[in-house]
Amino acid sequence: MEIEWKSYDPGEFYDEMISSPGNPRRAARAIAGYLQRLSAKQLGRRQHAADLAIAEMGVTFTVYSEGTNIDRTWPFDIIPRIIAQKEWSRIEEGLVQRMTALNMFIHDLYNEQKILKDGVVPEKLITGSKSFLPQCIGATPRYNVWAHICGSDLVRDKDGTVYVLEDNLRVPSGVSYMIENRAVTKRVFPELFRKHRIQPVDDYPSHLFDMLASLSPRPLDYPEIVVMTPGIYNSAYFEHSFLAQQMGAELVEGSDLVVGDDDCVYMKTIAGLQRVDVIYRRVNDEFIDPEAFREDSVLGVRGLLRAWRAGNVALANAPGAGVADDKVIYTYVPAIIKYYLDQDAIIPNVPSYRCEDREQREYVLANLATLVVKPANESGGYGMLVGPHATAVERNKFVNLIKRNPRNYIAQPALSLSTAPTICGQHVEPRHLDLRPFILQSDRTYVTAGGLTRVALRKGSLVVNSSQGGGSKDTWIVDTGAG
Amino acid sequence: MLSRVAERLYWTARYLERAENTARLVKVYAYMMLDMPSGIGLNWRQLVDISGAHEYFDKHHRSSGERNVTRFMLADSGNPGSLITSLGMARENIRTTRDLVPAEGWEHVNELYMFARKKLAGKALVKDRYEFLSEIVMRCQQITGLLAGTMSHGPAYQFVRVGRNLERADMTTRMIDVGSATLIAPGVELERLENRLWTYVLRSLSAHQMYRQYVRRRVQPDRVLAFLLQDTDFPRAVAHALGEIASCFGNQLPHNEEPLRAVLRLQRLVAEADVEKLRAAGLHEFIDQLQLELGNLHQLISATWFAHEMDETITRVSVSA
Repeated sequence: MEIEWKSYDPGEFYDEMISSPGNPRRAARAIAGYLQRLSAKQLGRRQHAADLAIAEMGVTFTVYSEGTNIDRTWPFDIIPRIIAQKEWSRIEEGLVQRMTALNMFIHDLYNEQKILKDGVVPEKLITGSKSFLPQCIGATPRYNVWAHICGSDLVRDKDGTVYVLEDNLRVPSGVSYMIENRAVTKRVFPELFRKHRIQPVDDYPSHLFDMLASLSPRPLDYPEIVVMTPGIYNSAYFEHSFLAQQMGAELVEGSDLVVGDDDCVYMKTIAGLQRVDVIYRRVNDEFIDPEAFREDSVLGVRGLLRAWRAGNVALANAPGAGVADDKVIYTYVPAIIKYYLDQDAIIPNVPSYRCEDREQREYVLANLATLVVKPANESGGYGMLVGPHATAVERNKFVNLIKRNPRNYIAQPALSLSTAPTICGQHVEPRHLDLRPFILQSDRTYVTAGGLTRVALRKGSLVVNSSQGGGSKDTWIVDTGAG
Repeated sequence: MLSRVAERLYWTARYLERAENTARLVKVYAYMMLDMPSGIGLNWRQLVDISGAHEYFDKHHRSSGERNVTRFMLADSGNPGSLITSLGMARENIRTTRDLVPAEGWEHVNELYMFARKKLAGKALVKDRYEFLSEIVMRCQQITGLLAGTMSHGPAYQFVRVGRNLERADMTTRMIDVGSATLIAPGVELERLENRLWTYVLRSLSAHQMYRQYVRRRVQPDRVLAFLLQDTDFPRAVAHALGEIASCFGNQLPHNEEPLRAVLRLQRLVAEADVEKLRAAGLHEFIDQLQLELGNLHQLISATWFAHEMDETITRVSVSA
């Protein structure tokens, strides 16, 4: 499996490591040279060491579709994905811009609704959205920020342009893998970290802690911060416990919390009840409070919304924030940025068609074979159609789905996602990938250096989700010191 | 700390200790069966009875030979007391309390479970059993040491200590039950065999050397029994384990009056036991009573600190072998 860059050919795709066979990109030059000097045996040994480290660290995720609770270890490829510092700085700016505008948008929707009155976003789109929660109207969370933690998915097309594919404003996951991936890479390639200027990523938990502490309704030196998980059967449980551990916060389940007659939230401890100030909740809106939302939820806390509205507890993200990661709203984000900030979007959206619009819908139905169709309110790659890879039967099914409920679908051209060299058995081959950086916002905004690179391990596949056969890579923001 | 977490830590420690003790028990039992003459009334079936899971065993097995019994004690994931179940449960409990336990704690327990599963699917039941069980014991001890040496000795750790010592006291009473077996042999021979039997009981608890050092006599059933029940210094003696539990309660746990009173009562019961009389008659009944009292102590701990209704899922998780 010795790497020979001259014979590594990503074809028509943009490759993150090389610009053409034999020619590594500037920021990747050193690492490419280093990898080429490793023998097949050395490379294999390092991949093996990484696999062992991951199994040992218990880095796992759980798959929903399996009845029993089966933890899978997260497939990890040791060849890092390289991004030049200069390019990254611009992306970072774009993410801050986007997050700022989205938070202004959410706050506006639940309060004055100026953007609807000005006709920039159609009113019926919001009132008809499952994610718009009337229970939240009139709420004013601290700093008017609703989405405190966001994971935006970025992709790169053939010509090298980076697009935002979607914004995850509900309970985005993956950040723990970003941190663990770095820990593994440091074990596997310690010498590279001595020689290169690679931006660290492991300070994320302390930024997260500071952000959460800044939301506390009580002015305390040590606010009581908890991470609320749906429990060990959730696919991201590993991450919930990881973050709690890293922040020194309690990891609670709904049943550990109770709302008192004073509309404050308490946790059940061995010494009795103890007040909670900030909840980083990893439970979806509809399940957080059986009193306000789904009555049958056993994951939530009765009265939580009441306590939040009374200002006695902070919830991150705030309930209702998901209204802005609806896939149809997504298509309006450039307009939203323009409206609130009077700026053009720094990172473009993937061109999208709204099935609700008659003309656009007709185009979509006529061109299903070249498009990707997405439902407005799903995540994790569920319920979507990848036109070029779908059968006629699957496409027909979507024709019907779209006709029945056009508001629920958007379509985008199938992008030629960029590739990066990945160890596949005995060879190094190009595999498609995306990038999920994480953004934290309260009175300040923080963006991770890089993020989680997810890679589609199956040849030719464009689906990078961990639940559907994806793996991951460490992501290096490399400062070459020059322009 | 969260009640739910306290409970899981407590069970983590109990299951780890149970795994270690099950390994010890099978290891020494196998050794003993090789060494003791046949026809004196010792058999593998007694091991099942000691473990307390005879009902489940009888439902699934007709014969209680070495093969069935060791498989049952080590590899049967349906047996709630088997080695693999204990390790699996320790793993589930520590997995859900990872935010309070040093990361290595989880890593080692996870590795240990995977190691046991792999080995038990291979030759660990027959050919490599001795080495396998020795390694299990050693690795359990490593984890116990790791937690002792890296976890802050605050309330969270106190629950680990309580769980470990309660399980230890319980298992020591079960080991003593091995010694209470009625052997069939003529007079002189009987005494010799009984002494040998108690030597195995001591060995199974790694107590032989300490016994020699502190008792300074050759192995003699009454003295062994007194040592294992009433010695306050030997870590696996019942009196010592109870003392540890009392110190945990008194140390940093809130609302401790009732549990403290209960453990003091148990300590008295053990200290005042007349060992010679018990040996002559009623040892088995006394052991039964102790086990019952330990069960009551567990109930009280649970009612005092874990009272909020626990989600059942954790205790119901099945572990595939």
